Amino acid sequence: MLKVENINVHYGVINAIKNVSFEVNEGEIVALIGANGAGKTSIMHAISGLIKTSSGRIEFLGNDITKEPAHKVVANGLAQVPEGRRIFSQLSVQDNLEMGAYLRTDSKVQEDLDKVYKRFPRLNERKSQLAGTLSGGEQQMLAMGRALMSKPKLLLLDEPSMGLSPILVNEIFDIIKEINKEDGVTVLLVEQNANKALSIAHRAYVLETGNITVSGDATDVAKNPKVREAYLG
Amino acid sequence: MQFFATIINGLSTGGMYALVAIGYTMVYGIAKMINFAHGEIIMVGAYITYVVFSLLGMPAFVAIIASIIGCALLGVVTEKVAYKPLRNSGSLAVLITAIGVSYLLQNVFLLIFGSAAITFPSFLPEGQIHLGGLSISYVSALSLCLTLICTVLLLIFINKTRLGKAMRAVSEDKGAAELMGINVNNTISLTFAIGSGLGAIGGIIYGLSYSLINPYLGAMLGIKAFIAAVLGGIGDIKGAMVGGLLIGLAEAFTITFISSTFSDAVVFGILIFILLVKPAGLFGVNVREKV
Repeated sequence: MLKVENINVHYGVINAIKNVSFEVNEGEIVALIGANGAGKTSIMHAISGLIKTSSGRIEFLGNDITKEPAHKVVANGLAQVPEGRRIFSQLSVQDNLEMGAYLRTDSKVQEDLDKVYKRFPRLNERKSQLAGTLSGGEQQMLAMGRALMSKPKLLLLDEPSMGLSPILVNEIFDIIKEINKEDGVTVLLVEQNANKALSIAHRAYVLETGNITVSGDATDVAKNPKVREAYLG
Repeated sequence: MQFFATIINGLSTGGMYALVAIGYTMVYGIAKMINFAHGEIIMVGAYITYVVFSLLGMPAFVAIIASIIGCALLGVVTEKVAYKPLRNSGSLAVLITAIGVSYLLQNVFLLIFGSAAITFPSFLPEGQIHLGGLSISYVSALSLCLTLICTVLLLIFINKTRLGKAMRAVSEDKGAAELMGINVNNTISLTFAIGSGLGAIGGIIYGLSYSLINPYLGAMLGIKAFIAAVLGGIGDIKGAMVGGLLIGLAEAFTITFISSTFSDAVVFGILIFILLVKPAGLFGVNVREKV
């Protein structure tokens, strides 16, 4: 479904992503784990078009999206929940969700809005509240709901557990599993919380300073002694 | 009676300031820059009306529409040519460029029309509207009505429409807005177009009020409208309107009850006062964000 081939990302002279290749198949949850600064977010941004790759190719559903600007990528069915949520704090919860459906012209938007409210009842309670007044967990739910409003086939999640209490982390990860199973949305998950990510993922890649060093089934990756030592403690 | 007449005068000039201030505030909200060339765009608006009405002999409404469209285009082009390439540079670079654009426009119009003042066509009916014991000139009435109508329409647009909400999303987080599928460049262009179009109306009201125009008219008008935007809380459209009206009133009262030579000092005094006491402006609230 998503094929990333030999991409490089440079910030000035710094080569942040070095010849990274991986793929995500339809229906999977794929985890990309790695330490702070390994380049996880850069990969996410390269896929969604927020930053430019210096070489390599990104293919989604058979289309080359390497050079596509971010506002066009989402139309292909690829939505990103960015690191730090980045909800629109001055807009109401409902307006945030409507922004998620910005490009949609079909008649099912209202139906999907109801679905999001059903999945995240707390957002329903706070519909007309400014999004900036929500708690961290609620903001994460809003960011996910907002991305789902674009009816994505592939959902990119960047550090969904960041800054959340363990109970909330469990709740969020249950919802990710649900979105994958019930709605058939393929998920690419970037996480520092490797334990949690590997527990729900089908496959995983380990990223170290811009290189993929380990890859395979999530259960195998979790057993890999090097990974255990570095990320799972 | 003098008191009420002063209020009407103040609101009329204030309405003009408000229309111009809205342009400053909208552009600041989305591009996070003070477009110091905005005053000159207003000057251009007044000149376009003069050219189309007086020189080409077209009807007034054609002149007004030509002026609004012309200014909107000029605003969009200025942004694309001068500001967009600097979007990732420091704010000082953009500020200096804006001042450069402002002088460029001023000088181009000096070159074409000369520095002498030109008589602006008065296409409004002569005389006054009588309301009870008060009499209001047509220009004053027009200025106030247009300000109110434009502000209300803009607020509805920003708060209720899909495009307006997208504009607010872009003003808060361009990257996240891109991820929603919002074309950030087009949204910024639209903002410049609306702000400059409103500026054209401000320029026309200026011409009708003072009946003489020259290429420098945008300088002082622009700065006063900028002060109005800061007073109301820059970035806030309601604030720009209220700020504009307040500056107009302050000016009118100073002229009537103190001295006309003192009015500019009062306006700038307000700027210093507001920056010292409430830098965020009357309506500017610093919303705390959770991370």
